Amino acid sequence: MTNMTAKLKNINKTTKNNAVTYGIVIAAYVIVQLLIFSGNLSSLMKGLLVPLCTYAILAVSLNLVVGILGELSLGHAGFMCVGAFASAFFSKCMKDVITLVPLRFFLALVIGAAVAALFGILIGIPVLRLKGDYLAIVTLAFGEIIKNLVNVLYIGKDSNGFHFSMKDSMSLKLEPDGMIIVNGPQGITGTPNDSNFTISILLLLLTLFIIIRLVHSRDGRAIMAIRDNRIAAESVGINITKYKLMAFTISAALAGVAGVLYAHNLSTLTANTNNFGYNMSIMILVFVVLGGIGSLRGSMIAAVILTLLPELLRELADYRMLIYAIVLIVMMIFNWSPKSIQWREKNLAALKNKMKKGAQ
Amino acid sequence: MAEKMLDVKGLSISFGGLKAVNDFDISIEKEQLYGLIGPNGAGKTTVFNLLTGVYKPTAGKIILDGEDITGKSIIEINKDGVARTFQNIRLFKELTVIENVKVGLHNHHHYSVVEGILHVGKYKKMENEMTEKAMELLKVFDLDKEAQYKASNLPYGKQRKLEIARALATDPKLLLLDEPAAGMNPNETAELMDTIRFVRDKFHMTILLIEHDMKLVSGICEKLTVLNFGQVLAQGGTAEVLNNPQVITAYLGQ
Repeated sequence: MTNMTAKLKNINKTTKNNAVTYGIVIAAYVIVQLLIFSGNLSSLMKGLLVPLCTYAILAVSLNLVVGILGELSLGHAGFMCVGAFASAFFSKCMKDVITLVPLRFFLALVIGAAVAALFGILIGIPVLRLKGDYLAIVTLAFGEIIKNLVNVLYIGKDSNGFHFSMKDSMSLKLEPDGMIIVNGPQGITGTPNDSNFTISILLLLLTLFIIIRLVHSRDGRAIMAIRDNRIAAESVGINITKYKLMAFTISAALAGVAGVLYAHNLSTLTANTNNFGYNMSIMILVFVVLGGIGSLRGSMIAAVILTLLPELLRELADYRMLIYAIVLIVMMIFNWSPKSIQWREKNLAALKNKMKKGAQ
Repeated sequence: MAEKMLDVKGLSISFGGLKAVNDFDISIEKEQLYGLIGPNGAGKTTVFNLLTGVYKPTAGKIILDGEDITGKSIIEINKDGVARTFQNIRLFKELTVIENVKVGLHNHHHYSVVEGILHVGKYKKMENEMTEKAMELLKVFDLDKEAQYKASNLPYGKQRKLEIARALATDPKLLLLDEPAAGMNPNETAELMDTIRFVRDKFHMTILLIEHDMKLVSGICEKLTVLNFGQVLAQGGTAEVLNNPQVITAYLGQ
C-alpha cells in the first residue's frame, strides 16, 4: 500500500491531469448507468446520451485544430457530415449482408473516419500552405458545399449495380427491384441503429486517448511548436505543411467518427443547417472556446453543458434562450477573465492544502 | 590555412529597387568566432535570413563546409547544418523548457505517429534518448533545474540561453546568433560571453554573431565584418577593424 502511494506521487502533473480527464468520462458513464438501472433517467435524457458523446467528440477533435495547432476551422460539421453519410451509406448497403452488428458498426466507423480524413487531406493540402485566415474561410465554404451537395445527391441500387444522379430519384432509372439509398433532401432512411451509449463513451475515450498521446509525442510537440512560433519551428527544421496537415487530418477523421455515431443513432439521416451546416460548426467552436482553447477536458464539459442546457430548460419556454445566453457569458468570464483565473488558482491551492492536512 | 566552414561570395538581394545586401563576401574558418557589426538598418539580419534560406538571394553563392546551399529551403539548410537564434526571442512559449529543446532534436530522433500514440516500437527508446540529450544540453546552459518550467516563465537571460540550446539541439556546424546580448545587463553579458566561448570549445562550433555591444564583440570575436548600407565596409581582425577610421566614423561615432 505504501508502495502504491509512493508510485502515485511520482506520477507527474500532466499524467495526473490526463487521468482526471479519463476519470470524469468513466464516472459520468457509471453514474448514467446507475440512473438507468434505477429508472431515474427520463426517456428524453436517454435519447440525448449518444448525441452528447457525439458533440463531446466533435469539440475535443476541433480542439486539436483550434487549440493545439492554432488554426481556425469553421467547417468541422462538414467533416462530420461526410463521415455520417459515408458510413450510413455503407451500413444501409450492408444491412442484410453483414448481420453481425459489432463488425458492421466497426467497419462503418473505419469508413466514416477514412472518408472524412480523405476530405481533410484534400482541403488541407491547398489551404494549409496559406497563412492567416484563409483556412477559416475555406473550411466555412467547405461545410456549406458538403451540406448542399448531399441534398442533391441521389444514389440507388438494383440488380444492375449502383445508379447515381444529381437531379432527382426518377432519373436514377432503377429496375423494379431497386432501392433508393440516398434520396436527396430526404437523405438516407433506414440506417440500422447500431450505436449505443456504451460504444459512444468508448469512442469518446478513444478520441481523448489519441489526442492526449499525440500531444505528448514528437509529432505533437512539432504541432504545438508551429502554433507557438512558426518561424522558429521552421528554423529548427520542422516541416510546417506536413504537421499542419497531420493535425488537420486527424481532427477531420475524428469528426468523421462523431458523424458515424450521429448517423447510426437516427433512423433518418438528412443534412440541414442545424445538424451539418454553419450553425453546427459555430456551435462546436463555441464549445471549444468556452471550454478553454487547448483544454480537452474543458471543451468536453462545455459540449455536455451547452447541449443539455436547452433541453433541461425546455419548460421555461421563451426564457430558455435568455438563460442560455447568460450561461455562455458566465462561462466565458469564468474561463477567460484574468481575475477569475486568479481566484480559481488561489482557491484550488487552498483546497488542496486543506485536503492534504485532512489526509494527514 | 585552416579549413573554411562558410564561404560566401557576392551575396546580394534587393527588395523592389532597394539593394538591402549588395555583393557581400564573408569567409569563416572552422571553430572561428566571427562578428558581424554595423549600424541599424545596415542589413545584418538580412544576411542571416539569406544564410538560413528565409530569403533567396538574387545573386551570389553560399558554400557551407564545401557544399553549395544557395537557394535551398529553410528546412534543408537547417538539416545541412545551419542553426540560428533570433533578435527578438522566438521560443515555443507554451511548451516546457525541455520540450523546446526536444523540438530542436526533432529531425535526429524518429518514430511514427502510430508509435507515438500507442507507445510501441521505437517510442520509448527514442523518447528516452531525446530526454537524455536535452537534459545534457540544458545542463550546459545551467537550465536543467528549470526543465519543466514553461518557456515563457523563464527570466529574460535564460530565455536567450534556451534559444541557443534549442539551436544547438539541431546539431549544426554553423551557429548564427542574432544580437544575443540585446537587453542584457553587464553581468548577464559577461556571463553570456563565457557561455559563447564555452559552446565554441565544447561543441567545436563555428559561430557567427551580430552584436551591438562592443565590449562583447571586442571581447570574444576573432574576426569582424562591418556592414554599412548593405555593403561590406571593412573586414579583418577585430582590433584592426575597430581601429579603422572609416568604421569609427560610420558606426562608432567620431
